[in-house]
Amino acid sequence: MTTAAGITRYGIYIPSTRLPLAFIHGGKAKEGGPEKAVAGFDEDSITMAVTAAADCLQGMDRRTIDGVYFASTTSPFREKQAAAFVAKALDLRSDISTIDFGGTLRAAASALVAAINAVHAGSAKQILVIASDSRLAAPRSPIESNFGDAAVAFLIGSKNILAGVESSYAIADEIYDAWRSETDKFIRSWEDRFVVTHGYQDNLVKACKGLLEKLNRSVKDYNKAVIYGPDARSLSSAAKAIGFSSEKVQDALFGKLGNCGTAFAPLLLASSLEQAQAGDKLLLAFYGDGAEVLSLVVHPHGFKPHHSIAWYLQRGKALRSYDSYLKSRHLEASEFDRRGGDGVPATVHYRERDSDISFLAQRCTKCGTLHFPACRVCYGCYAKDQFENVRLSDKTGKVLSYSFDHFFPTPEPPLIVGMCEVDNGARVYVQMTDATQDMLRCDLPVEFVFRKIHDAGHRPNYFWKSRPL
Amino acid sequence: MSTRVKKGEGIRDKVAIVGVGCCKFGENWHQGSEDMIVDAVYEAYADAGIENPQQQIEAIFCGSVYPSRGTAEVAESLKLFDRPVSLTQNYCATGTDAFRYGVAAVASGMHDTVLVVGFDKPKDRGVSGPSIHMNTARGLPMTPAGWFSLCCARYFETYGAGREELAKIAIKNHHNGTLAPKSMLKKEVTMDEVMNARMISWPFTLYDCAAQSDGAAAAIITRRDLAKSFRSDPVYVKGVSIALSANPQTDPHFDFLAWKPTIAAAKDVYAQAGISNPFKEIHLAQLHDCFTMTELLSYEDLGFIEKGSAKEHIHNGTFELTGQLPVNTDGGLKTFGHPTGATGVRMIYENVLQLQGRAGPRQVKGATMALSHNLGGAPQTCALALLGIEG
Repeated sequence: MTTAAGITRYGIYIPSTRLPLAFIHGGKAKEGGPEKAVAGFDEDSITMAVTAAADCLQGMDRRTIDGVYFASTTSPFREKQAAAFVAKALDLRSDISTIDFGGTLRAAASALVAAINAVHAGSAKQILVIASDSRLAAPRSPIESNFGDAAVAFLIGSKNILAGVESSYAIADEIYDAWRSETDKFIRSWEDRFVVTHGYQDNLVKACKGLLEKLNRSVKDYNKAVIYGPDARSLSSAAKAIGFSSEKVQDALFGKLGNCGTAFAPLLLASSLEQAQAGDKLLLAFYGDGAEVLSLVVHPHGFKPHHSIAWYLQRGKALRSYDSYLKSRHLEASEFDRRGGDGVPATVHYRERDSDISFLAQRCTKCGTLHFPACRVCYGCYAKDQFENVRLSDKTGKVLSYSFDHFFPTPEPPLIVGMCEVDNGARVYVQMTDATQDMLRCDLPVEFVFRKIHDAGHRPNYFWKSRPL
Repeated sequence: MSTRVKKGEGIRDKVAIVGVGCCKFGENWHQGSEDMIVDAVYEAYADAGIENPQQQIEAIFCGSVYPSRGTAEVAESLKLFDRPVSLTQNYCATGTDAFRYGVAAVASGMHDTVLVVGFDKPKDRGVSGPSIHMNTARGLPMTPAGWFSLCCARYFETYGAGREELAKIAIKNHHNGTLAPKSMLKKEVTMDEVMNARMISWPFTLYDCAAQSDGAAAAIITRRDLAKSFRSDPVYVKGVSIALSANPQTDPHFDFLAWKPTIAAAKDVYAQAGISNPFKEIHLAQLHDCFTMTELLSYEDLGFIEKGSAKEHIHNGTFELTGQLPVNTDGGLKTFGHPTGATGVRMIYENVLQLQGRAGPRQVKGATMALSHNLGGAPQTCALALLGIEG
C-alpha cells in the first residue's frame, strides 16, 4: 500500500551578506546595483542548512522527524556526514535515517524523490530534505558573478500536504560542463556556449518533455515553471525551448541572490509557493549531469515560514570591499588565519555536543534553575544530577550586557559579544552575528543561529550566535 | 546565593611583615625569572635585616601563573634547598593567595619565618597582550578585556557613568606611576589621548588596559612576637581573604553591576579586622585595575562608596593621591605593570612602604591601614590583604 506524499512545510535561508557584482571587476558598489548573497565568514553549507531547517520546523515536535537528507556540492567535509551534524544541531532523535546527497547540482532532486519514495513506501513518516550550497568560483573569474549562497529545507510527509508530488522524471548525461576534482578548490567549467547548449538546454528540454509525455500533459497544464538556470539568458532560452512563455517562468532573482547551486531550484520553488493558489500545478526542473523534473500540485494549506524570501532580500548588507569577501573565504592570507592551530579536541567536541551543537540547557527538576552549559550540581539549590534538557535554539532572548572585542582575531572586527538571557531564563555567553555596533543596547531582543566560530585544527568548529530579531 | 558562615577567629595581628622587595617591572628582555626573583628577594632580605637566609628562611610560598619550572625556579635562583617550597596558581589573585598561605603557615605555628615570592615572565611568549587559543568554540572571544568589559554596557546604562570616568582613572594611575621608581610606564596621559587611543574591547582603549609586564616581588613574614627582632616598625596582617564566586558567563543570577567575589572577600576581611566603615578606617588601597572599569566597580564592591556613586567620586577626586582615599598610589597594574603572579605581592610591597612612611613623593600622610585587592579569572576570584601598623 502506498501513501500520498508531498511537501508539508518549508523554510529558507539567505545570508545577509551581499557582494556587489561591481566589486568583482574592481568597480564601486552602486545603490540598487546587481549583487549576490554570500555566506558570511561564520557560515557554510551546514550552518545555512540548520537555519533554514529551524524555520521549517518552527513550533512542531521535532521528535516526529524520521530522517534528514542533506543535499549539497559543498559539504565542509569530504569524509564525515553533514546530515548527522545538521540533525544534532536541530536536536532531532538519534534513531533516524541521515543521508548526504552530493556530487551534482541536482542532488536536491535526488533527495526530494528519495524522501517522497520513503514516505510513499511507509518506511518513514516525515523526512527533512535540506539543500544548501556555498560554491566557490575562482576570484574575479567570469563565473564568480553568477554564484550565490542559500539553503532551503522541505519537510516531506503525508499529512497537511501543501504541495503534492505527482510524478518525477530523470535522465542521466555525461558531460564536462562544470566540475571540481578531488584537489580543486574552485569550480571549473568549459566554454559557456557549449555548456549551455549541449549540457543545460538539451538535458532540460529532454527531461521536461519526458515528464509531460509520461503524464500525457502539455505545458498549458502548468501554472508555473520553476526552473534551475545558470544565468538569466540561458534560463529564458531553455524555458522558451520547452514551450513556456516568460510570464509562466518563476522569477530567478538574478542580480539579487545568484545561482545557489543545489539550493537554487528549491529556493525558486519556495518563492513560487509563497504566491501559488490551491490547485496550481508546478513544474520543477533540476539540472546537473542530466536533469530531473518533478510535477507538483498545490493544496490548500495554512503554513507560512517565519521569514519570507522578500524578508531575506531586504535585509541584505553589502560588504565593505572585495578584500573583506576574500578574507571571509580564506582566499587572502591573513595574520589571523589560525586554521593550523589547536582546534577543539575531538574528545571535547564529543563530550560537549549537547551544549555546543544541540544548544541544550539544563533545567533543575527540583528548583527550576536553568544552566548553560551542562553541569552536575545546581546553582540554585545544589541538587546533584537532577536535570532535564531544554532546547535553547528555538527560543528568543535579550541582551543583558555586551562588548565589542577588537583584540580577538576575526575577519570583520570588532567581534560583538553579549551575555544573553533566553526567554526561559537560561543565560548564554555568545557572539552576535548580522549586527552592527550601533544596534546594540541592553535588553535588545535576539534569536539564536548556528554558525561557524573558527577553522582551527583544519576543520570547521561550530557554535550558536545571537542575532537581532 | 549561598550564605557563607565564617568560623574560626581569623588572622588579625598574629603575623607581621618584616621585609619587602620588588624588582623593576617592565619588559625585562635582559632578565630571566631568576634575575628578577633574586633582585626582589635580596631587597627583602636587606629590608628585614636577614643576613643568613639559609638559616632564617624556613619555607617558601611562591605564586606564578606562567611558571616555566615552578618551585624549582625559585629555590634554585635563591639556592634555598632542603625545606618546604610550594607554588600556588590562582588567576590574577595568585600573589595575594601565596601570601595568604604563608600567613596561615606562620599563624598555625608550623613555621616561624617564611618567604613569599610572586613572579611571572610573560614577555618570553613572543606576543603582545594575552595569548589567544582556539581550543574551544564556546566562550569566545576569550580575552581578559572582553570578559572584564562585560559589566560596562549595563553599568553605564544603569548609573550614567561612561568612558570619560574610565579615562579619569587611567589618567590618575598614569600620574601616580610617574612617582614610583620601579614602575614600568612613566608617562602622563591626557583625556584626549585615552579617548582616542586604539580600541581593544569596547569601551576599553589601550589606556584602559593594564600594562602586561615581567616582574617579581617578595615579602618576609614572621610571628608577631618575633617581628621586632627583625625591625622596629613591622607591619601587621589585619586580615587576609580570598573568595571564588560563580563565573559571570554561567551564573544564572549575575546582575552585571558588581563583581561578586570582591563583595564576598570584603565581608570576610572586614570581619577579621573589625572594620565597620571601610571608607574611614582604610587610608589607602591598591586595587586591581587590570582595566579601568575593574577599579571603578571595586570602589563600590569594597564598600568604600555607595553602588552607583563612582561617577561622582571620580569627578570629585576622592581616589586621587590628594583625595580622601588614595587608590593605586604606585600607578597600579595600569602603569606599574602586571606580572600576574607578582602583582598581589607588589601591592603588599607598596602598602608596607606607605605604612612605614617610605613612599617618597607619593607618600600618603598618616596612613595606618592599607588594603590590597586582586581580582582574577572571568572574573571569579578576589583576594584581599589588609595591613596595619598599630597592632
